[in-house]
Order: sequence, then C-alpha cells, then structure tokens
Amino acid sequence: MKILVPIKRVVDYNVKVRPLSDNSNVDLNNVKMAVNPFCEIAVEEAVRLKESGTATEIIAVTVGTPASQEQLRTALALGCDRAILIESEENPEPLVIAKALAKIFEEENPDLIILGKQAIDGDNNQTGQMLSAILDLPQATFASKLVIEGQTANVTREIDGGLQTIKVNLPAIVTTDLRLNEPRYASLPNIMKAKKKELATKNINDLGIDTSARTEIISVELPPQREAGIKVESVDELVDKLKNEAKAI
Amino acid sequence: MSILVIAEHDNTSIRPSTLNTIAAAKLLGDDIHLFVATNNSELPNSASTIESISKVISSVDDTLEHQLPEALAPMIKEVATSYSHVLAPATTFGKNLMPRASALLDSQQISDISGVIDQDTFKRPIYAGSCIATVKSNDSIKLITVRATAFDPVQLSGGSAAVESFDSVVSNDKSEFVSEEIAKSDRPELTAADVIISGGRGMQSGDNFHLLETIADKLGAAVGASRAAVDAGFVPNDYQVGQTGKIVAPNLYIAVGISGAIQHLAGMKDSKVIVAINKDEDAPIFQVSDYGLVADLFNALPELADKI
Repeated sequence: MKILVPIKRVVDYNVKVRPLSDNSNVDLNNVKMAVNPFCEIAVEEAVRLKESGTATEIIAVTVGTPASQEQLRTALALGCDRAILIESEENPEPLVIAKALAKIFEEENPDLIILGKQAIDGDNNQTGQMLSAILDLPQATFASKLVIEGQTANVTREIDGGLQTIKVNLPAIVTTDLRLNEPRYASLPNIMKAKKKELATKNINDLGIDTSARTEIISVELPPQREAGIKVESVDELVDKLKNEAKAI
Repeated sequence: MSILVIAEHDNTSIRPSTLNTIAAAKLLGDDIHLFVATNNSELPNSASTIESISKVISSVDDTLEHQLPEALAPMIKEVATSYSHVLAPATTFGKNLMPRASALLDSQQISDISGVIDQDTFKRPIYAGSCIATVKSNDSIKLITVRATAFDPVQLSGGSAAVESFDSVVSNDKSEFVSEEIAKSDRPELTAADVIISGGRGMQSGDNFHLLETIADKLGAAVGASRAAVDAGFVPNDYQVGQTGKIVAPNLYIAVGISGAIQHLAGMKDSKVIVAINKDEDAPIFQVSDYGLVADLFNALPELADKI
C-alpha cells in the first residue's frame, strides 16, 4: 500500500500572531515556522501503518514556497520515504492546493491519502474534502481511529456530541483529528538520514490547473479585546456578584 | 438572487445551529430557502414553520438517513446553481459537507464566518481567533460555513414556507455508515447551554469532575473541559471547549483550574459573563474574566455548590 501525506508549513502553534501595522495581513516576519500539528498526526499515522506492515511507501507532499522544504525534511525524518514540493506563491487557497494534490494523486496512484483536518493558520478545514470531491473518492474526515481491512478502511470520526464510524472504499481521503495518535519526535540519526532522501520539485504552473485566487484579504485586525474584570475575595462575594450585579444565576 | 441554507438535523428535529445559520443568511438577502435532506417525510413540513424562510426544498429518501457527503454534495451542487450564496453551520456536519460541495462547484469556500459586511465580504477568525480577517469572495456562487455563536438564532415557529420536493437523489457506493456513539447526558449540550462550567488540568483527575457536575446540576449547566484536561484523559473529547473543540458563547462561563491557553480562550471568550477560579493569580484566564477568584478549587467548589 502506498500512502500520500500532504503537509503544510505554518506558524508554530506557540506563536501569538498579530496583524501587520497597516492591517493588510498577519505579520509573519521573523516568526518561527513548523509542520502544521494536524499534519504531524497524519505523518505519524502513515508511519505506523508502514511499521505494522500495511503500508510499503509514504510520500510527503506540500504546496508552498521553497522554504517548505524544511517541513518536508521533517516529514522525511519522521519516516516518510520521499517528498515532493510543488512550488507556488505564498498562501495558495485550499481549492488550488486540492487541485494540485489531485494531479500528484494521478501521477502516484496512492491507495490512501492522509492529511490534517485543518491548518492552524487559516483554520479553513477544506483541503481534504475538496480533494475528495475533485478525485470523486470517499472522504473520512476528523478521524480518531483508522483500521485498514483489505480494500476498505473503517474510520471512527469525531463528530459533535460523540463518535461516528464509517467504512470507505480505498483509495480514500482521511483527515486527522487530535486523538488519532500522538506524534513522535524525529531522532538525530533520522534527521541526518532524511537529508539524503529524495525531494523532487515541481512548479504549480506546470500542472495545468487554474491557480487564480478567488478571494482577497481586505484587512486583518485584532479581535475586540475583553477587559479584565475584578478579583473577588471569597465564594460569598462571587455568588453575590453573579446574582445581583451580573444577574447571571 | 436567493440564499440557500443547508439544514442540519437528526431526522427528528432541526438542530439549533441551523437557526443561527438562517440568521446569518438574513443579512445577505430576504428570500431564504432551506434544503432538508432526510429519511423522515415529516421533517420538511415541520421545518416549514421556521421564521424567515420562504421555501423548504425537501429531499426525502431512505438512503439519506446518515447524510454522507458523497451523496449530499452532488445534490447541493445541482440545487446551488440558482442561488448566490449557500450556507451551512460550521459544525462537524457542515465542515464535512460544504468543502466537498464547494469543490464540485469550483468555488472557494469561506469557512466559519463570524460577521457579514456585504454580499461578498465577510469577517472570520484565523489563527485560532488571534486575528479576525475580512475576506472578499469573487466567486459567483459563494459557499459559506457559519460560526453559530456569532449570530442570534431565528425562531423555530412563526413562519409558513412552501415545501417543494427535489427528487434527484444521488446513489453512493463509496462510503457507508457503520455505527454512531452519541454521548447521552441529562445536561444540556455544550453548544446550546445557557451556563457552562469547565474544568482544566487543575482538576487533577476525571473523578474530581463530579465537583463540577454538582454545580452544573444546580445551575442547569453543561460541563466542559480544556484541551489539557482532555489530553490528560480526565474526560472524553466531546467535552472540549476551544479552537480544536467546541466554540461556545453562553451567558455564563465558569472556568475552573484552567490557565487560559489561547486555544481555550478562542473557544469561549465570546461568553457574556466569564468567571475564573484558579489558585495561580497570574493565570492568563484572569485577563478575560469578569470575576476572578484566586483560590484552591478543592475548597472553592464545594462551598460554591452550597451557596448557589
């Protein structure tokens, strides 16, 4: 079984992002970048499937600027076999990314695509579903458990209020939720080995897809700030404030 | 042009998130239609009384019981061509379905809107709510998911929409429903609760959540948790309030033993009144709380349970 794992370079989740002073976009100058956390979970799941003998090859792919090579090397260090960078302008829209990934699917013919349910920059939660639509393949989003059984996958999904299990025919697209697994850290020997693994580069303009942007960012602002309230001294005071001042209970 | 709203429901009743979504649709136009795909032939009729909608487009078929996106998205693609906007709630239902329909229509979806500026321009949180982006869409059919807590719901009654049937049901041999485990509780659902009391890592164990449950039962509140408490295995993931869990905005939110990571704040900072109980007086949660109590929760919670 061959697995394709699309990943994304995003701002590290510990960084508190702020708007640029002209509010034209977010300020990404000198900000630490990392592999999107949900993508790390996708890589981990693929690597576990290889370790258990279910998968034979894992290909990491990303659509982004040449700087994204850094994140592909991380994926290689975590256990992916080879990587593909589809070079593009900064921040292509999910629909464009899905179209580019569909082209890679056609070239590589994987049995399974595992990717993060959303990237923590735009929080769009779209790419996996869009890719499924373009390829006319089944989708199993927000996965917390994945079991491969022959030519099908049983996937438990995190839905509002509980869990849903569905069965999808392979090839299928699976998007990862937080509880699918706990990703490992790359070991130093594996980081060294990853430098020698194959990393192919393509240009998005050579894929024969429509790369035009459909949306534009008008402005980016801080959300309305909540004023800190008061400290109360005791439970009695808290109950009194809630009853008589806030009238919340 | 008219606006289409995709109804979220459990085949028995329309979910409250649909009513918030219709409220967002009202900011875009007056002629709002509701698409109801279900196995229950009664549901479209009962949906026709929802305020502010002029038409229910009903598709009733046994295969629609679980509303899998492989079947539903192609139907939406077909219906959508006569609309300027197609809206669904940004719940796991809408998040799963809408991008699939959007790609079939070759439209770049706008996810999780929290405000409507005009027909083409929307506000939406990015980076876990650290920033709010104003985004303009140039697609002719706009597919949008709506953050329910940002729009006050319309009423379930008071309307009298016409019901029209849409019969082109799409067969789906790609995926099938196996089973569902919906957490049963006598308490209200997190996203619909008027009062929420949540625990964090400071609760120290899942057993200690009974301290919160006692108070929840007195207040008719839902019980939530921070991601740290979920990751520590104290409570199941459907308790999680935060950017990667549920987005809530109740009248009263009580955060107990929660430090206030950005991740958590993104899920609850639009609550009307916020109370924080934490023994660390420097915890960031106090910067967003209306009333802060610096105390050991194991002393404060039993006392609070007695006094409310």
